[in-house]
Amino acid sequence: MAEEKEALFSKKNKALLTDPLDDNNPISVQVLGICSALAITVQLKPALVMSLAVLFVIIASNVIVSLIRNLIPSRIRIIVQLLIVASLVILVDQILKAYAYDVSKELSVFVGLIITNCIVMGRLEAFALANGPWKSFLDGVGNGAGYAFILVLVAFFRELLGSGKLMGFEVLGHKAKTLAESTGVYSFGYENNGFMLLSPMALITVGIIIWIQRARNRKLIEN
Amino acid sequence: MGFIRNTFDKYKPLFDKGGKLEKFAPGFNAFDTLVFVPNHTTHEGAHIRDGVDLKRVMVTVIFAMIPALLFGMWNVGYQHFSQLGEAGTFLDYLLYGSFKFIPMIAVSYGVGLGIEFAFGIFRGHEINEGYLVSGMLIPLIMPIDLPLWMLGVSVAFAVLIGKEAFGGTGMNILNPALVARAFAYFSYAPSMSGDKVWVADASTVDAISGETILGSLASGNSELSYSVLDMFLGFIPGSVGETSVLMILIGAAFLYFTGVASWRIMLSSLVGGAVMALLFNLVGVAYPENALLNFPWWQHLMVGGFAFAIVFMATDPVSGAQTNKGKWVYGFLIGFLGIMIRIINPAYPEGIMMSILLLNVFAPTIDHYVIEGNIKKRKKRLKTA
Repeated sequence: MAEEKEALFSKKNKALLTDPLDDNNPISVQVLGICSALAITVQLKPALVMSLAVLFVIIASNVIVSLIRNLIPSRIRIIVQLLIVASLVILVDQILKAYAYDVSKELSVFVGLIITNCIVMGRLEAFALANGPWKSFLDGVGNGAGYAFILVLVAFFRELLGSGKLMGFEVLGHKAKTLAESTGVYSFGYENNGFMLLSPMALITVGIIIWIQRARNRKLIEN
Repeated sequence: MGFIRNTFDKYKPLFDKGGKLEKFAPGFNAFDTLVFVPNHTTHEGAHIRDGVDLKRVMVTVIFAMIPALLFGMWNVGYQHFSQLGEAGTFLDYLLYGSFKFIPMIAVSYGVGLGIEFAFGIFRGHEINEGYLVSGMLIPLIMPIDLPLWMLGVSVAFAVLIGKEAFGGTGMNILNPALVARAFAYFSYAPSMSGDKVWVADASTVDAISGETILGSLASGNSELSYSVLDMFLGFIPGSVGETSVLMILIGAAFLYFTGVASWRIMLSSLVGGAVMALLFNLVGVAYPENALLNFPWWQHLMVGGFAFAIVFMATDPVSGAQTNKGKWVYGFLIGFLGIMIRIINPAYPEGIMMSILLLNVFAPTIDHYVIEGNIKKRKKRLKTA
């Protein structure tokens, strides 16, 4: 049976890539992967690294599972998926430890916890098991990017408002002991918002993103 | 009066359906109904109506706050002058206090009502008057030295996240004024606690004892420089509105006689707080070095924001319990937990804010069980009959 030849970036395939960014965002619409979004978004750098790690794991596991999807007996598919994801996570963890030790220490247990990230397992179950490798690849990129987008957005605001920095640089000026020695906005009496560093504020920031998204995109509003 | 009515009527067509400024009708109507009782009539069914609507209720609460507010302004001046060792007259104190406090009211109302108006116009609904009370409460529960921009940010957070996110006035699960204070407390802790913020401009002077009573008790100092009468009348440092128990009691009496606030909540909170403080007093015998534990229970009820909070914030009809039985439980737990947090966790010198927010969250659950219990009782009665 000859499968109908589909263009690499047909409309359907493009939707695989762009849907998870907005209409079907894993965090803000499906509300998956929230724990890591709360835990590692105090600063931008760990959030970026975490996003890349998840992106890699989702793409690779999606492609691998899709390649062997016809070989996996459906009774033990969860175990097989877990094995694949776990190996990939260990790989990421080791690479981080070797080349970015500081960040790896900051992320601590959350790299290992990628394995329990519902987005990864969710995509494997819902998509990779039923679709070809190319489509699964696109789906992985889309969902990984959707996750990364929210994570980076939250971390951007939390680091900027919470500690006045971005990627560790003091973009808002330097805060010294007295007003006269401070530079930037601190010389006007501005102060960092300590609440932004606590996890409730991550939840509220995600909530605001969801609010704005649904105000823009009315079809997402549930009745 | 006629002149104002005429001015309103003159411009009304502009805002009516099809008028030039139709979009801004909610804003116009808000001012109109603030000044005059609206002339809506009920269209369907039989209703008993009088002149009391949401706006009248809100204004009543604001009237009840006025004694505490005026005294607070005077006290701001009094604390400032006495701590700096300067002499002043009654008028000096009041003028200085109003000079410090009126900008806070202006910022609170400016930011809060600005957001409410924007939402009203954007969503096309009438402006709710819920912010009238919150806008007055927020500056009253803040330290006088809080920078105005921090106040503005807190107000914006409270109105946006505390209220509009849930659907506006009447839909909020938490008391907006306390949301503002909790936000400011966690965001800008150095400006919300300590010994410098409670007395206006105290940070410019080094040797000052501007600590609140609870603050100095928490740091282990049991030698207070204030008498019990000072605490009752309010000649102590603290947030603007909270210091004078006497003025708050006048407000509470006013609320009671107008029937606006629930006396059940006020009374049960008082009882809850007294019980908890009494228990801790008994435990405190074994720990004589802990000043908070050994602070007499009836004085616990007079210091800090306890009195102000149970009169003006625990009684919030939106976020509090609705059933009469529920109100007893709700109030009792507010007082009970408030004093518990205050004593056990000195990091939160005033626990009543936390306990009201916590009980706001639990209020629907309390009501649920009261109603379920009632249904069960009636079913039983039905069976036996």
